[in-house]
Amino acid sequence: MPDPILSIRDLTVEFNTEDGIVQAVTDVSYDLMPGEVLGVVGESGSGKSVSMLSILGLSPQGRIPKGEAVYKGDDLLKMSQKQLRDIRGGDMAMIFQDPMTSLNPVLTVGNQIVEALLTHNEGMKDSEAEKRAIELLEVVGVPSAERRIDQYPHEFSGGMRQRAMIAMSIANNPSVLIADEPTTALDVTIQAQIVEVLKAAREETHAAIVLITHDLGLIAELADRVVVMYAGRVVELSDVFTIFNEPRHPYTVGLMNSLARLDADQEWLQPIPGQPPSMIAPPPGCAFHPRCTFSRGRVPCRTDVPELRQIGDSAPHKTRCHYAEELAEAQVVAGAAALEEGR
Amino acid sequence: MTERAPGDDTRAHDREDVSITAFSAGQPASAHGNPGSVAVPEEPIAPLSPALAMGSSELGEVPAADLIAYQAGVEPKARSQWAYARIRFFRHRLAVVSLIVLTLICLVAIFAKRVAPYGYDELDLFNITSPPTTTDKHLFGTDLLGRDYLSRVIFGLRTSLWVAFFVAFLSTAIGTTIGSLAGYYGGATDNLLMRFTDLILTLPGLAVLLTAATFFGNGDPLKVGLILALLLWTGIARIVRGVFLSLREKEYVEAAKASGAGDARIILRHMLPNALGPIIVNTTLIIAAAILIEAALSFLGFGIQPPNPSLGTLIDDGQGEGFEKWWLVTFPGLVIVTIALCINFIGDGLRDALDPTQRRVRA
Repeated sequence: MPDPILSIRDLTVEFNTEDGIVQAVTDVSYDLMPGEVLGVVGESGSGKSVSMLSILGLSPQGRIPKGEAVYKGDDLLKMSQKQLRDIRGGDMAMIFQDPMTSLNPVLTVGNQIVEALLTHNEGMKDSEAEKRAIELLEVVGVPSAERRIDQYPHEFSGGMRQRAMIAMSIANNPSVLIADEPTTALDVTIQAQIVEVLKAAREETHAAIVLITHDLGLIAELADRVVVMYAGRVVELSDVFTIFNEPRHPYTVGLMNSLARLDADQEWLQPIPGQPPSMIAPPPGCAFHPRCTFSRGRVPCRTDVPELRQIGDSAPHKTRCHYAEELAEAQVVAGAAALEEGR
Repeated sequence: MTERAPGDDTRAHDREDVSITAFSAGQPASAHGNPGSVAVPEEPIAPLSPALAMGSSELGEVPAADLIAYQAGVEPKARSQWAYARIRFFRHRLAVVSLIVLTLICLVAIFAKRVAPYGYDELDLFNITSPPTTTDKHLFGTDLLGRDYLSRVIFGLRTSLWVAFFVAFLSTAIGTTIGSLAGYYGGATDNLLMRFTDLILTLPGLAVLLTAATFFGNGDPLKVGLILALLLWTGIARIVRGVFLSLREKEYVEAAKASGAGDARIILRHMLPNALGPIIVNTTLIIAAAILIEAALSFLGFGIQPPNPSLGTLIDDGQGEGFEKWWLVTFPGLVIVTIALCINFIGDGLRDALDPTQRRVRA
């Protein structure tokens, strides 16, 4: 196996709030391999965005009491502001959720791409940067790029803005691209286009992509491996086929069941009962147990935080459930069809 | 409809830049049929109907994509936020008139030496305190020493305006710097800078002004301006801090951070342009305030010292002379009022123009 390009170990992120300390991310560990697409799935507030933002130093309110994020041999969390700045937008770039608000309204789109280029390429000429910006816009499929480069964000539609955002993020040939819910704020028709653009961006840069989303369709479409997060912890981790075919955590199973599918004979969608837990006072034991239809209130679920452990013996597949084997026996086949549909 | 004039390169080139916008504004490219001359858009003519445009052969050169854009009417003219602001400003009639008047006044002040019929200290001993007259050579009359009052007002205007713009520029610079640093960094920096601002605000303005003017002023316009600026920046600092506090949370600022931009770049390039609206409006208001305060200061004898005229000094000179020498107070007074009014109207217009919530449908 090749060395991971980004390796997160025991990352914990806390926020001080008026009601007490919120542990948004707890002991999160995962690796990102060069060139792969790693899907990070979870509900709002499960810590999926915060974990990525905090390792880039973009979460100023968050404290990181422990953990490390090793990028090409160096711990991002120990870097100086200056070193981090060089990495942000250079080697590691981000695509934000809402393209309507992520572009500066007073600068032209071209200006913003050129700026991204000039920030990381000292001595690059303005004319060169502009040429490159046009190329980039063409890569992401913005028509008549030479003309649109002088336009302002408000003259772009949502989909075009997200394309421009993606062009900006790949401007410096990053080796890690963090896409934070890149399609959430877009129309369904546009989402499909953006998926294609993401693929094009990946082809252009060969970057490893961290795809943060709660859209399982997007995961099925793009991801190679999947990390499922719940209440700040990784609850399941495996390759995309295994996750969809053999989910081994009740939360993942619940996610699959709450998905509307064209191929299954579903009368009703099966939602996960209950609410995501309060992060100020998370439930003891397994954070998912109050909502778990599988635990049935058994003692270990209520008292012990389950370990993230390897399950099965074929593919690398980790889950954080006391009764994963029992779940396997229960013959959950929920994901299989979705996967076929997606690919 | 005639053919496009051969060799009509400029138009073809124009099209590259403005592309289809010329059409959507109702300008059929060569439909004026004026071979050899470039059809300069004058008033927007009624839009050429899409059907007609499609049928006409001279549109063959238009790139297909543009044609589609035109048909669907989805290609609005490229306008920056500033372009919209300009359009909105020019709709504000009072502000436009004020701008014209103020520009004229400024021109008079700038070219005072050429405009003024006499020097500000030239004595005409045959015409001491002569009233204003249109027939004689002293339009505004003369003062107690026989100096032409029109010239004195013009030179006084020059001094006052100079001080006002200097104060506005300097206090905006100080206020914006302090406000943006406080708003951007927050926390202890914010606390320190804002408490300092509060401190300046709590100083009894007039007393400090008078004391400072006595000790450092010496009637030098530069020093008077400096003292004023050091007291007037607080308002802008607070406003800029507020704007920066809200801008800091904007996603494009986060995006800029994520793309590796440093603090200076984020403040100067991403946040400051977005805060310019309120800054400009308040700067104009500071100009008005500075003129009034400088006049008051000079009137009290602590500002600009004679023989240098300023509008305030002139009123001071005239105040003891009573009603029969009314022109000594009236003319500089009128000029002060006019300037202050104009600037306030311009400020109003700017506020309306720069406030995005005021934005109407595309004009």
